[in-house]
Amino acid sequence: MDTLRFITCGSVDDGKSTLIGRLLYETKLIYEDQLEALEADSKKFGTQGEGLDFALLVDGLQAEREQGITIDVAYRFFTTPKRRFIVADTPGHEQYTRNMATGASTAHAAVLLIDARKGVLTQTRRHSRIVALMGIRHVALAINKMDLVGWSQQVFDEIELTYRRFAQDLDFETTTAIPLSALEGQNVVDPAHTEMAWYQGPTLLQWLESAPTEEETLVQPFVMPVQWVNRPNHAFRGFSGRIAAGSVKPGDAVRVSPTGVSSRIKEIVVWGSPQDKAVAGQSVTLVLEDDVDVSRGDVIADASHPVESADQFEAALLWMSEHALLPGRPYAAFIHTKTTGSTVMHIKYRLDVNTGAHLAAKTIALNEIATVNVSFDRPVAFAPYRDNKRLGAFILIDKLTNETVGAGIIHFALWRSANVHWQALEVTKTARAAIKHQEPRCVWLTGLSGSGKSTIANLLEKRLHVDGRHTYILDGDNVRHGLNRDLGFTEADRVENIRRVAEVSKLLVDAGLIVIIAFISPFRAERQLARSLFESSEFIEVFVDTPLEECERRDVKGLYARARRGELKNFTAIDSDYEPPESPEVHLKTMGVTPEACVGQIFKALFFKDSSSEAVTVHQRDGREGWDTRIADFYNGHEV
Amino acid sequence: MNSITHSELEAESIEIIREVAATAVSPVMLYSIGKDSSVMLRLAQKAFYPGRIPFPLMHIDTGWKFKEMIAFRNRTAREVGFDLVTYTNPRGIAEGVGPITHGSAYHTDVMKTEALKQALDLHGFDVAFGGARRDEEKSRAKERIFSFRAPGHRWDPKAQRPELWNLYNPRINSGETIRVFPLSNWTEADIWTYIRQEDIPVVPLYFAAQRPVVKRFGKWIMVDDERLPLEPGEKPQMRMIRFRTLGCYPLTAGIESNATTLDHIVAETLETTTSERQGRIIDHDGMGSMERKKQEGYF
Repeated sequence: MDTLRFITCGSVDDGKSTLIGRLLYETKLIYEDQLEALEADSKKFGTQGEGLDFALLVDGLQAEREQGITIDVAYRFFTTPKRRFIVADTPGHEQYTRNMATGASTAHAAVLLIDARKGVLTQTRRHSRIVALMGIRHVALAINKMDLVGWSQQVFDEIELTYRRFAQDLDFETTTAIPLSALEGQNVVDPAHTEMAWYQGPTLLQWLESAPTEEETLVQPFVMPVQWVNRPNHAFRGFSGRIAAGSVKPGDAVRVSPTGVSSRIKEIVVWGSPQDKAVAGQSVTLVLEDDVDVSRGDVIADASHPVESADQFEAALLWMSEHALLPGRPYAAFIHTKTTGSTVMHIKYRLDVNTGAHLAAKTIALNEIATVNVSFDRPVAFAPYRDNKRLGAFILIDKLTNETVGAGIIHFALWRSANVHWQALEVTKTARAAIKHQEPRCVWLTGLSGSGKSTIANLLEKRLHVDGRHTYILDGDNVRHGLNRDLGFTEADRVENIRRVAEVSKLLVDAGLIVIIAFISPFRAERQLARSLFESSEFIEVFVDTPLEECERRDVKGLYARARRGELKNFTAIDSDYEPPESPEVHLKTMGVTPEACVGQIFKALFFKDSSSEAVTVHQRDGREGWDTRIADFYNGHEV
Repeated sequence: MNSITHSELEAESIEIIREVAATAVSPVMLYSIGKDSSVMLRLAQKAFYPGRIPFPLMHIDTGWKFKEMIAFRNRTAREVGFDLVTYTNPRGIAEGVGPITHGSAYHTDVMKTEALKQALDLHGFDVAFGGARRDEEKSRAKERIFSFRAPGHRWDPKAQRPELWNLYNPRINSGETIRVFPLSNWTEADIWTYIRQEDIPVVPLYFAAQRPVVKRFGKWIMVDDERLPLEPGEKPQMRMIRFRTLGCYPLTAGIESNATTLDHIVAETLETTTSERQGRIIDHDGMGSMERKKQEGYF
């Protein structure tokens, strides 16, 4: 007996939970004590008057029962003589789309409910697109509440026609429309009574008993992502994982991606005795003939069909966080058993779930679906999602909160990553720096507007120049007016601004220079991204720590005053956050300290290794003297 | 139900168990001695075969387990060869907390929920496996396989992490933990048919036998030892009973049954008209009581 996993979805009040309750009830999967509880609950919360409210069987959370809505996906189980079923009852409200996607991601089939009185709604279209996105190919259109439209065939036919027109560009293999009444149990398990004698098709349960599960993965070439290297002692080394496609037997030639090493299967180990064959879906441990290097995240595959590797992809992305996706921001990615860093480089378009139209977008908000170019920080073994879900699906995780924020589906690899081979140049960074008699560095000053970053940067450069060092300053003035003049001050633009500055500094460091960066750079994630571009000794983060009141008091160009009046939007520390560094190499508490003393501390961190191992903190010494005039000299306006 | 279904369930559970071993810093498997724990233990053995289970098992001992359960636990630990950690809430011992003197709700709160949180904190376990199944109870049906817990072990059912495909997010900040349920998609019938197929040892209390019982709240309560005070005039009688679930002994009622073999139990499970937790007194403490207990850190 096989297992069909399916989801039920549809708009609020279409009767999803009622339908599942009815299925469980009629397949005798509701026990007497549960029925007693249901009778009591129906009286208390029920929406069906004196009758049983089956929705209360599945809406298991207190908040759901109180509000009469489904918030999170519920999994229920039932068995008929033909099949075992796992139902994911998914919420209809748009704000819980991520929970619907959770249910859809593992389903073989979908039951899409439509209220016969309302027909095809926005939610119907939205859910259909998510169902299609998740690769579900078989859909039952359950046109419910037929009792409320007088069992009318005309109503049914019109809805079916409208839906088929809409769904023709979605990638469904089969769509089956079934007229039913979950409340009265018509066409759910048993065929309908005489009023719907015009319908000759399957009942919902008959359809569920015959919908195909994914058997095609069995006939594909063998693939297994490595989950765990099993090394209990020196004598045994096996690679454990769940087979994602095909079958394998001892003696088969295999190739490992992305490393490219080859070997043969020596043994298939499971509990008990070794097996002579293993197939897709099984969890096994493989022993190879040769002592090759294989780790978690690698993929073992049939040698004649090795799995491709790449680090840049076009992908569809469903965004699941209240904080919008920002291109350029680093996230963690999980793809099969591999963990990498990841960045969305470019949003190609956002999908209008109603019309299917492609809309221009700079960010992706909660519950939006977009097509993007995404880059991983190392090559990963993959397959397009439509060929293999296990090798083509990934999730994005916020690096600070660790929340799962995005669900991605790989369309194809962008080969530009493979075609641009890094030239092994003979003139290296070391060589370039050597003729300047210096070690290249990136000194990154972060702090509030008016904290004194530019003052310090300019003094620092002067001092380095006098010392015979080759330097360059990147700040708002020389970057905002040229390279980044297309960017504004929204969160997304600020992220992109810093990404470009970081990349330019990397090139300049590569050229052998000591680069001084003076940007507010308010977000930890972007500073972390910048840091990750450099070798650890090259990056010196300097926190110019001046209290907001002092920055506002200085307010050379009146920017704080304008921000306070609401004339400047997204101004750091006024209506946009500043995330202070947690462990900067240099922490300058500037109150009561001269700019020269600050530069002295950076100088120490640059050239005296023992002092740079711990954060250098400048302590209060003299007065406020020196800052105001210098800031007036050097202040660069509305920097970021 | 044949073995193909089981191989799919089994493969999924093994995948989940390995995923934790590969990503957690300090995982532990909660072992309650019951049938679900017995299946989970076998799946862990299979996941790492021929190696040992690379994490300890932990039993939260409320002091009110049936005597046969403790004997079975010690025997199993010896035979399978896993590291066993046991823990009992010292405050509960000091205050003499028990279900009879303090009531089932308080007993469960102190000796199970509080004890579990103390034990996880004491040993610094960041991920804990539990044998809960989604078919047991409505709020469990809503829970993820990797169930994220905020500092203080709190579960927020309205803010669960999305869990797509088989990509489980194991990342946490300090103070946060994860409960992992490898048996999420198993049903009671799956558990018993698997125990039969694999010949997994279980506590003899699951099989029907003549046992001394008294009738309370319309349910058969076994008189396991002198800790159960008898009501005036109450006399233990011998009945053919067995247990569908095993919790703390006065809180778990037996059912009248003649099922003395696994075949009988499987047949009885497939034909039953009442749910499994019907024998658990604690689930009926109030509406949504399981959800509330889970929010407070119960499994």
